[in-house]
Amino acid sequence: MSTLEIRGLKVSVTTENGDVEILKGVDLTIKSGETHAIMGPNGSGKSTLAYSIAGHPKYTITGGTVTLDGADVLEMSVDERAKAGLFLAMQYPVEVPGVSVSNFLRTAATALRGEAPKLREWVGEVKGAMEALKMDPSFASRNVNEGFSGGEKKRHEIMQLELLKPKIAILDETDSGLDVDALRVVSEGVNRAKENSNVGVLLITHYTRILKYIKPDFVHVFANGKIVEEGGPELADKLEAQGYEEYVNA
Amino acid sequence: MTSLQSNVLEIHTPQGREEAWRFTPLKRLAGMHDGSAVASLLNSLKPVQALPSGVSFDTVEADAFSPTDDAITQRIRAFSKTVQRLTISKDTEIAQPIHFSRSMRDLDSVEFARIQIVVEPHAKATVIFENSGDLRIGEDLEIQVGAGAHLTFISLQEWGASSIHAARHNAVVERDATFNSIIVTVGGSLVRLLPTVEFAGPGSSAELLGVYFATAGQFFEHRIFVDHLVPQAKSRVNYKGALAGQDAHTVWIGDVFIRAAAEGTDTYELNRNLLLSDGARADSVPNLEIETGEIVGAGHASTTGRFDDEQLFYLMSRGINSADARRLVVRGFFTEIVSQIKDQVIEDRIMARIDDELAKAGAING
Repeated sequence: MSTLEIRGLKVSVTTENGDVEILKGVDLTIKSGETHAIMGPNGSGKSTLAYSIAGHPKYTITGGTVTLDGADVLEMSVDERAKAGLFLAMQYPVEVPGVSVSNFLRTAATALRGEAPKLREWVGEVKGAMEALKMDPSFASRNVNEGFSGGEKKRHEIMQLELLKPKIAILDETDSGLDVDALRVVSEGVNRAKENSNVGVLLITHYTRILKYIKPDFVHVFANGKIVEEGGPELADKLEAQGYEEYVNA
Repeated sequence: MTSLQSNVLEIHTPQGREEAWRFTPLKRLAGMHDGSAVASLLNSLKPVQALPSGVSFDTVEADAFSPTDDAITQRIRAFSKTVQRLTISKDTEIAQPIHFSRSMRDLDSVEFARIQIVVEPHAKATVIFENSGDLRIGEDLEIQVGAGAHLTFISLQEWGASSIHAARHNAVVERDATFNSIIVTVGGSLVRLLPTVEFAGPGSSAELLGVYFATAGQFFEHRIFVDHLVPQAKSRVNYKGALAGQDAHTVWIGDVFIRAAAEGTDTYELNRNLLLSDGARADSVPNLEIETGEIVGAGHASTTGRFDDEQLFYLMSRGINSADARRLVVRGFFTEIVSQIKDQVIEDRIMARIDDELAKAGAING
C-alpha cells in the first residue's frame, strides 16, 4: 500500500517576464489502487503538476511538500523518483535518436529492478506487453519515439507502465490525439496495470471520454493552478454537460 | 576561378592564412607541411589476413593518378615514387571485408605513405583500414572506382594519444560506380583528413559518412570536397561529431562544387555536433557552389548543440541515472553511422572507445 501525498504545492516557471506562479497550492492524496482524474481547461496547470512531481528541471518548487510513503520526493533526482515508484506517461514523449525501444526498456528495467532482467523472461515480458497493446513486433527495434504516430507514442508509454510496474502513475493527457480504437487499447492497458499491480493512477485529462474506459474513484477540477472542486465520478458527468466555464470565471 | 578551385599545384608551404589551412594548428603537424619533417618510408600498412583471389597488394613505382593542391600530399609525392597498391580485379566480388591495419608505435620519424586502391570495372569490395598504435604519418590515398564498380572504404582512426595523421583520401568515381566511405576518428593528437570525391562519369554516386569524438587537447579536422564534374551523379555526406574537454577542437568543412556540366546533380550534406562540455570548439562550414540550375537537388545543414534536457529527463524519468542517460544519448547519436560499418566487433570497439572517452572527459557527470 503506497500513498502519494501532495500538500500546498506551489510551483513557478521562469519566463522572459520573470517568474510566473503556475501552481498556487495543490493538495491531493493518491493511494494504491485508487484512480483520480484531474480535469481542467487548457492552461490551468495540470501538466505542470505532472512534471513537477516527476522532477522536470524547468519547474521551480516554491512551496509545499510531496511525499511518497513519507519519503520527500522533492529532494530526489528524477531517476530516484522513478526508483521510488513514480511514473509519468507523457503527453509528448521525447524522441531519442539511435536508442532502440528494446535497449531503452531493458536499461530502464535494469535501473528500476536493480539488476538486469533475465534475458529469456524479459523477452517474453516485452513480447506479451506489446501484443496486449496490439503493437507490431518490429516496434522493439525502432528508435524511441522517433517517427512514431501519436497513437504509437501513447501505446509505448502505457507499455512502459505495464512493464515498469510503478506504485503511482501519472498519465498526462494520455487520451489526446488518440482515435477511438487506440483509446480503448490504451485504456485497457491502464486497467490491466491497475488490476495486476494495484497501481494508483492520477489521470490528467481535458475531456471526459477516457473516463468511459478508465473509471475514476475521484474527480478533481483544476483551474488557475489549484483544485477548485472535488467529487466522485458524477462530477465528470457535470463537467461533460456544463464545461469548465463556471470554474474559469470563478 | 572559384573559391573551390586552386591552381597551387606546385610544392608550397602553407602559412596558415589560406582557406584550406585556416583552422589547422600548423605547429602540430611535425613539419609535414613545410618540408622540415625527416620523412621515411615505413610501409606501416599491412593486410590483416591472406588476400582472397582476385585481390593483390603490391609495392610499385607509380605516378599519382591526378594532381593535387594539398601541400602535404605534394611533399609526400615528391618524397616517394613508391606506392602500396591494392587492386581488385575486374568483375570480382569480394563478400568479406578486406582488412588492413597500422598498429606500430614510432614517434621518432615521420612516415610518408602513398597508397592506391584500384577497383576495376564491375568489381565489388569493402576495404577497411584500422589505424591504431602511435605514428606521425602523412598519407596520400588515391582511390579509383571503375565503371560499374562498388567500393565501401572504411578508415578507423583509433590512434594513441600522440599520433599525428594528415591524409588526403581522393576517390575518382567512374560511370555508374558507387563509392561509400565511413571515417571514424576517435584517437590521436592531431588528425586532418581530406576525403575528396571526383565524379568522372554519369550515374555515379558517393556516400561519405563520418563520426568523430575529440576530448581535451585533440584536434580533428575533416575537410570534405565533392566535385560534381559530370551530369547525373549523386552525393550524400553525413558527419557527426562530439566534443568534450578543454581545447577539444573539431573542424568539419563540407565543400560541394556543382560544375556547369553537372546537370541532374543530387547532393545533400549534413554535419551535426554535440558539445558535451565547456572549453571545446566545433567549427562547421558547409559550402555549396553551383554553376548550373539544372539539378535534382542540392542542400546542406549544420547543427551544433548540447545535451537535450528533454531527452535526459525522459530517460531519467524511467529510472535511468544521469550518467547512463548521457551515455545512451551519445551512443544513440553515433549509432546511425557506426551501425553502417556492419562489423559487430568493430562497432562494439568504437562504442566502447566512445564510452571511455566520455568517462575520461567527465562529460557524463553533469
